[in-house]
Amino acid sequence: MAMKIGTDQFKERVDKGIHNSFMRGAVAGAQDGMGIKRRLATEELGNWEDWRSHGEEIRQHVLKYLDYYLEQLSENVAKRGGHVFFAQTKEEASGYIRSIVQKKNAKKIVKSKSMVTEEISLNAVLEKEGCEVIETDLGEYILQVDDHDPPSHIVVPALHKNKEQIRDVFKEKLGYTKTSKPEELAAHAREMLRKEYLSADIGITGCNFAIAETGSFSLVTNEGNADLVTALPKTQITVMGMERIVPTFEEMEVLVSLLTRSAVGQKLTSYITVLTGPREELDVDGPEEFHLVIVDNGRSNILGGEFQAVLQCIRCAACINVCPVYRHVGGHSYGSIYSGPIGAVLSPLLGGYDEYKELPYASTLCGACTEVCPVKIPLHNLLHKHREIIVEKEGKAPISEKLAMKAFGLGAASPTLYKLGTKMAPAAMNPFTVGDKISKGPGPLKAWTEIREFPAPNKERFRDWFKNRDKGGK
Amino acid sequence: MSGMIQNREKFLNQIASRLDRPRITGLVERPKWAFQPQQEVLKDASQDELLEVLTEQCKKIHTNLYTTELEELPATLDEVVTSYGGGPIVTWKDARFSKWGLDQLMKKDWPKQSIDVYEWDYTKGEENIAKAEQANVGITISEITLAESGTVVLFSDENKGRTISFLPATYIALIPKSSLVPRITQAAQKMREIYQKTGHVASCINFITGPSNSADIELNLVVGVHGPIKASYIVINDL
Repeated sequence: MAMKIGTDQFKERVDKGIHNSFMRGAVAGAQDGMGIKRRLATEELGNWEDWRSHGEEIRQHVLKYLDYYLEQLSENVAKRGGHVFFAQTKEEASGYIRSIVQKKNAKKIVKSKSMVTEEISLNAVLEKEGCEVIETDLGEYILQVDDHDPPSHIVVPALHKNKEQIRDVFKEKLGYTKTSKPEELAAHAREMLRKEYLSADIGITGCNFAIAETGSFSLVTNEGNADLVTALPKTQITVMGMERIVPTFEEMEVLVSLLTRSAVGQKLTSYITVLTGPREELDVDGPEEFHLVIVDNGRSNILGGEFQAVLQCIRCAACINVCPVYRHVGGHSYGSIYSGPIGAVLSPLLGGYDEYKELPYASTLCGACTEVCPVKIPLHNLLHKHREIIVEKEGKAPISEKLAMKAFGLGAASPTLYKLGTKMAPAAMNPFTVGDKISKGPGPLKAWTEIREFPAPNKERFRDWFKNRDKGGK
Repeated sequence: MSGMIQNREKFLNQIASRLDRPRITGLVERPKWAFQPQQEVLKDASQDELLEVLTEQCKKIHTNLYTTELEELPATLDEVVTSYGGGPIVTWKDARFSKWGLDQLMKKDWPKQSIDVYEWDYTKGEENIAKAEQANVGITISEITLAESGTVVLFSDENKGRTISFLPATYIALIPKSSLVPRITQAAQKMREIYQKTGHVASCINFITGPSNSADIELNLVVGVHGPIKASYIVINDL
């Protein structure tokens, strides 16, 4: 899977989302549940704003000196016997990983959840090599078993599926015979995946935070899958987006605390694992060989520009969990593995405006995302900035908006036309008006009235009313 | 042996050029951070107060907490193992088990009841992993214990296999009361101190907070996914 998911156009995706009532219920429930947990977990600290400010200052410092910290990280990984590959493009990244797979003659690969490996289409590349690539995060495993259904949430990828659907998929693909109880489904996945960890040739992980001073990196999970992925196979490959780095353990600790509270309202998740290099000489578990792949893939173009703050992101999804637009349209509508407000900012930057020009408009600019961001990314300001660029520089405003503005521009430029237009409006809209509302508007109104009503034009124009008023009317 | 670094210069030069400055060649000092809220959490709490916080937190992380005097430790550990259905058991190779008076239980009483106890032995290679995979209970010792989150911290080495805390069906952590600190902040400081003193970091440092779990199916919490299904902490009064 690449960053882009599906081939439908934005409108079709949104239409599917809006009419998927299970998904909408699940998303609303998830937002409410995770939102409350997040709020409680942040409020109990009493000084959450200071925590956010600290998170922000750490991330800003690291971005400012990113080349320095990446150099320090790579030196320290190499000192411990790990190999480091810097990949400017996704092809370079997946190509390097493919070369390791070939060298090791690997047939089976286990993976723990990683967004950046989705970004570089890693699974597809490795499957083409004839490898079996197995996702081990429960949510991702479910999606993979279901013919690679795309994820709809950064933290809970299978949020759009109900347990009956999951049971049916397990029945069909895995010979599952039990009920739709989540415990039984999870136990089945545990049993299936145990065998895979023990027999895999290579383990692949993402990276929550790399630590420059020691050449370490940390993984944050609840299921324990990342620990088995990194303890059992002989070769380990870790893929990181180049900005996911901190100076020392002390900053890592702060960002992990911000991440777990913001993502799921936990003080810490069940497992936070800090790994440094391959296993040591006498160790029995842990990989014999360790590779760190550091990926740019468009990130450096964001550095030094007006969108730099988006690189502060620690992938907690708090912004997604409060977004009123995500609530209604769901994750797949964004057409990107990065959904919600962060996705609407990041996807056009990594994937281009041609592909993602609609996303910055999938926002009410209410600012709830900015308010909850644990590292203070001004998300709604960045969305607004995207719109400015789309309209002013790229000339890519949505076509209906362009037509409406053009028509208004023409009409408003001539007093005669304007008078005529406002006089005609009530009559023109008459066939579409029920009571004082239009619920199925024509032309440029269609997009609006598909999702809500539009007030019908008043029969009496303001100018007429004003004139009458002068004559003593009311 | 040192690892290979590839493609670095072009990659880092591109970053520097985007930041509109030359590459940094000197040392970058970590700034004096303007905010340090993490230092305030449970500041000045006594060991007893930290134990109270830990006890409360364990209720939220599906973990049974036992507190015991050193003399009572064998009986308590036996009770917990029995409640998990007995062996096979796998443990670290660690002199503290003996020092805490567990030899009689681990080396005599359990084997007599045909409870298999396997002590990690790196000279036996892969056999260790097979033993851990078949075990019902894994037992390890917390080096640093975080009261706020209910977390035990483990440092791997040749005698302290990583998988003991992950492959068995259930998990028991022995926690010296003296190892309690307010939160992960103090653990991070300690890790950094060790690194600065010895120039070395354990290849794997685990922060473990209760049993494995997932909410990936309709956001229903399932306890017990890929790691242990149940977890218990035994706090030993060593003060």
